[in-house]
Amino acid sequence: MSADTATAQVDAGHHPPTNFGISNEKLGMWTFIGSECLFFGAMISTYLLYLNRTNGGPTALDIYDIPFTSASTFILLMSSLGMVLALDALQRGHMRGFRVWTLTTAMLGAVFLAGQIYEFTIFVEEGFKLETSPFSSSFFMLTGFHGIHVTLGVVMLVALWALSLGGKIGPDKSETVELVGLYWHFVDIVWIVIFTVIYLIPVG
Amino acid sequence: MADHSEESHHDHPSRSTYLEIAGILAVMTTLEVLLYVFREPLGREITVPLLIIFTVGKFVLVGAWFMHLRFDAKILRRLFLGGIALAAAIFAVVSADWFLSSTGPGF
Repeated sequence: MSADTATAQVDAGHHPPTNFGISNEKLGMWTFIGSECLFFGAMISTYLLYLNRTNGGPTALDIYDIPFTSASTFILLMSSLGMVLALDALQRGHMRGFRVWTLTTAMLGAVFLAGQIYEFTIFVEEGFKLETSPFSSSFFMLTGFHGIHVTLGVVMLVALWALSLGGKIGPDKSETVELVGLYWHFVDIVWIVIFTVIYLIPVG
Repeated sequence: MADHSEESHHDHPSRSTYLEIAGILAVMTTLEVLLYVFREPLGREITVPLLIIFTVGKFVLVGAWFMHLRFDAKILRRLFLGGIALAAAIFAVVSADWFLSSTGPGF
């Protein structure tokens, strides 16, 4: 890219793309997602390390409700479909479709969170608490941090929906929506791994 | 600027493709649950490898199609795979600790 072009883009209020032909924002989001892989990889490894260290407390086999978690997993997976359909609608200029799918995605995320809160409540009632054992601590830290990520995603989705009502999100802002979508899909991908490695394999 | 136009095109999938991918994801999740239901007659030797295969399959489908890694610049794929490689390295170190420690593997 020539210096003149870059200057013109800055003057026009746009950040110049990187040498890779993609925006700084998108490159930054993917760098963040790459670092998040490391974060969740460390958390999952810690969980597996402590899986058998229950201090006489409940084990994975005792407490997990696989049918319930399967339903939550399905809901989060389908929210990813809502996210891509929202972006697709925005890129085609269908603002009503964008709002419907964005709100649907946020609501599915909220249902997933409600399920996680319910699951945590049941666990605590059954004596499986954060401080019960290394196993329980690593379980709550991993799934809790994932829940925080989902919460942030829901907040961003609701913000996009609200901004679109005020006319501040349109087809020209599709990359902003795409970046939120990348975050949302990453949260979904992490849960795909958690569902198998944390829930199904130890109990199976 | 280097010409990266062949890497940065945006031929995103159609809505019908997204629906097909979601359908495949739903079927794979159902199969995972069925593996859990029939875990005793099948045995861990069969269920665990199949669960891992389905998980990797779902991971790749969401990453490649929903996150558009299949269509976006190669640098983005490398950033993502770099993070996964680092996570795998941590897992390898933890695994080594299991096998070297007296307590044995956690799972």
